[in-house]
This record gives sequence, C-alpha cells and structure tokens, in this order.
Amino acid sequence: MKYALLIYETPEAFARRSSPDNEPHLGAWRLYHRSLVEAGIYVAGDPLHLPEMGTTVRISTGKRAIQDGPYADTKEQLGGFIILELPSLDAAIEWAARCPAAANGAVEVRPLAPDVKARITE
Amino acid sequence: MTEPRADVHRAIEAVARHSYGRLVAYLASRTGDVAGAEDALGDALVAALTRWSNDGVPGSPEAWLLTTARNRLIDRNRHERVRERVHDGVYNAAAVELLARGDDDPTHADAFPDDRLKLLFVCAHPAIDPAMHTPLMLQAVLGLDAAAIARAFVIAPATMSQRLVRAKAKIRETGIAFEVPEADQLTERLDAVLNAVYAAFGSGWDAAAGVDATGVGLTDEAIWLARVLNERLPDEPEVRGLLALMLHSDARRAARRGADGRFIPLSEQDPSLWDAAAIAEAERELALAGAAQRPGRFQLEGAIQSVHAERARTGVTDWSAIATLYEGLVRLAPTLGARVGRAAAVAEVHAAGPALALLDDIDAHAANYQPYWAVRAHLLRRLARHDEAAAAYDRAVELATDPAVRSYLQRSRYARPR
Repeated sequence: MKYALLIYETPEAFARRSSPDNEPHLGAWRLYHRSLVEAGIYVAGDPLHLPEMGTTVRISTGKRAIQDGPYADTKEQLGGFIILELPSLDAAIEWAARCPAAANGAVEVRPLAPDVKARITE
Repeated sequence: MTEPRADVHRAIEAVARHSYGRLVAYLASRTGDVAGAEDALGDALVAALTRWSNDGVPGSPEAWLLTTARNRLIDRNRHERVRERVHDGVYNAAAVELLARGDDDPTHADAFPDDRLKLLFVCAHPAIDPAMHTPLMLQAVLGLDAAAIARAFVIAPATMSQRLVRAKAKIRETGIAFEVPEADQLTERLDAVLNAVYAAFGSGWDAAAGVDATGVGLTDEAIWLARVLNERLPDEPEVRGLLALMLHSDARRAARRGADGRFIPLSEQDPSLWDAAAIAEAERELALAGAAQRPGRFQLEGAIQSVHAERARTGVTDWSAIATLYEGLVRLAPTLGARVGRAAAVAEVHAAGPALALLDDIDAHAANYQPYWAVRAHLLRRLARHDEAAAAYDRAVELATDPAVRSYLQRSRYARPR
C-alpha cells in the first residue's frame, strides 16, 4: 500500500526555508529525507511553494470561480494530490476545473518548490 | 560623466510616457516576469541618461531602450543561474534565452509586437487578488510609482509597494500565462479587465444620486487604458461602452466645480461647460457598441450618461428613459451603484415613497456606501421625515472622501426643507 503524508507547516516554518544551508531546520529535513530513502520506503514527494502562491478553483452552478490564495476551509479535508507537468498556471487551472473535486469541493493549484527540494535531497 | 542635457531628459520622458507599457509587455510576455522586465527597463532608462548625453539621442530611442533592457535581462538571468543554482523552477530561464535569440527583431521599434493586451489580462488574472488588478495595471502598463498609486487608493505607500511586489511574485512564481484568453473565457476575463480599468477611474458615477464625484480617480489613465483595449479588441462592445461611460463623465469635469471650488451636482451643472468633443466621441463609441447587438453593463451605464448629456441639446432630462435603462442594468449587474441609481430615477419618474422602498431592500449591504445615504437623505426630506433625513445626511457626510462633496452634503443637510 502507498500512503501519502500531507505536511502542514506554520508560517514560521515556511519562512525558515530561505535560511542558510547549515540551519537546523533544513538539516532536520535532510536527515528525515535520508532516513526515508535508506529505509527503502520513499516513493515521491515535493515541497510546495508558499501558501500565498496558491490559487483555488471551484465550479459552482457550472461557472468557474478562481480565487487568489490557498484553500482554507474546515469543512472539506485534503483528499489526495496529483502532480502534473504543465506550461502555465492557466493550463493548471484548466485541468483543475475538470477535476471532479472542483464541482463539489475545491482544488488548489500550487507550484512545487524544486529549489527547496534540491537543498534537502542533494 | 557629462551632465544630462535637457533635450535628453525630454527624449527619455517622451519615450517613457509613450512606450513604457509596450516595452514592459514585450519583455514580460517573453519571460513571465513583470518585476524583472520593469527593473531591466528602469536600468535601461538610467543608462540612456548618460549614454544619450554623450552620444546624442539615437534615431529610434524605443529600440535602443528595448535592446538595452533585453541585454540586462539576459545578463542578470545568466548571473543568477550561477549564483543561486536556479533549477528547473517555474522561473523561466529558457524563456530569457529565447529572448536573447530574438524571434522578432526588436531593433526596428515600430515592428516589435504590442503585447499590452496580454499584460492587461495578466494584471486582472483571477489568480491575482482582485484588489490588486488596478494597481498592477497602473504600474506595469503606465509606469506609475507605488506612492502615486497608494495615494489614489488611500493606503500607505509601503503597504501598496509590498502588495505590488507580492502580486508580481505570484505572476512569476506560478507561471501565469501571457496570452489573450480563448473565446470561451474571453467575456469573463475581459469583465475583470474592464472592472479594473473602471476602478482606476475612481468612484466615478453616481450622477442620479446627485453626487457626481470623480473622487481621487486617475481618470486620464483609465481612459488611456480603455483606448489601448479598444484598439486591440475592436469587436468587444463592452470596451466601447466603458470608454463611452468614462468620456461622458470626463466631459463634465469643468462643470463639476464652481469658480470657488464648490461641488456642483449634475442636475445643477451648466451644460455649456461640458466638453462637446468628448461627448461626441462617447456617442460614436456607443453607436459602434450598439451595432454589435451584445448589450452589457458598461454599454447601459454609458447610455444612462448619454441621456444626461442630452440635456445640453434639449434642456431637460428624460428621467423615464434613465429609469428604464437602470431597470436593465439592475437585471444585468445588480451592483450597489446600479440599485441606488435606479431608486433615484424612480423617485424622479414616480415618487419618493416607492424609491425609498427600493433603498430599504438593499439596506443591509449599503452601510458604508455614501451615495446610498445621500439619496436616502434626499428622499426622506421629500417625504418630510426630517429627523431621519438629517441622520442620513450625517452618515453621507461621514462617508464622503471628497471635501467639496462633503461640504455640498453639509449644505444640503442644513438647507431649508423645500
């Protein structure tokens, strides 16, 4: 079975991403990543870009409602994630609008943060 | 270093005013990075000051600026890739390299493509906080600085500056596409662009409310943006409707203030002071828009102003035509402004009683909307409910941002009941 770990971070933790390489915050993430890889259980994962880089897409009464900002509601819970390779945010919104969850919940589009990943996994 | 000469200053100002938006749009639509394009162009303008003072103003200043800015972008991009080890992030290093190869030769300035329309759609993109659509346009397309924009929006310059930086980071980091939306999305996306342009115009029109205030709007800038849109989207009647609406409003600029700076409401304005050329242009645009047979909010609002403008010719205001147009407007776009305007028109055609009932319906949404209180006060006075009228005037005075409008409302409050 595959399990997804969904990582919720505080604004302070997001801010610490840009700290120097030798800072304990990144060190802890590197250590954790290495232990997952060494245990042979690591499948895939990526840090996400900052929450304010999120865009939330909903379909309500057949119309697209696109909002600046991350998904923030307590009623619906995170139910999965899909990683896509696309040329622009507009293309991602296009695919998000076609996702079944857009019609009854919401789909947040947020770019991955490959530069942060590189600092953890290298 | 040679002292920059006056003619160099003039040349730089002229090309900046005329071409700033086109240059930013050209660069940003190729890199996906508005802030980077602005910085590069800013550097090029500084370099021009020295270089043109020494060597003279080049034959095509625009092409010189574009080439210089483009080279800055390419240099900076290569430098940053080394320094920060930029990986395959959304920030499009490959796009900058593409720019370096130059698919279209920017050395012929009149040949380089006009991408301002794409830039306008990016500024009013649904993934950008709607409150930032207008400020982004004013900065990226017109080159206004954050302090000037902050003044127009009555917020602290540092706050505006920070929000602009954040919005541009979102454009770059999330890879918002620089493209004109496909036909199926165009109407909706264009709405956001038009709303943002209209927001630049200021508090605009509450003519029927007797409060014909432009507030702190950037009217010339808004009209200029609408002209750019109209040039690039000649088949969209709502663009012409918006242009007509703003031209009609702007035509009354001189009539809106007395010699002593006193605010004069539309109904008391001297039509001979209205700008006949602007009115004629507005009427032409409305006629062209109407030919498309696709009515919309801005066309209706433009038509309402057109009826007001008729007074210059006929000497009277056709309130029943205005009331009919407001009915249509409220059905199409039930904004607070439209609903308050409809109530004011109903009062002119029928009576204050039914008009007040219309206002009561929107009571809950209008607590901070000054024209609502001004119209309400006026109607209550007509119904001889003087205490309530005074309270409503007080609320309108409190909410008025334009000092001339505020003192007009104060005068109305203490005027002898008619």
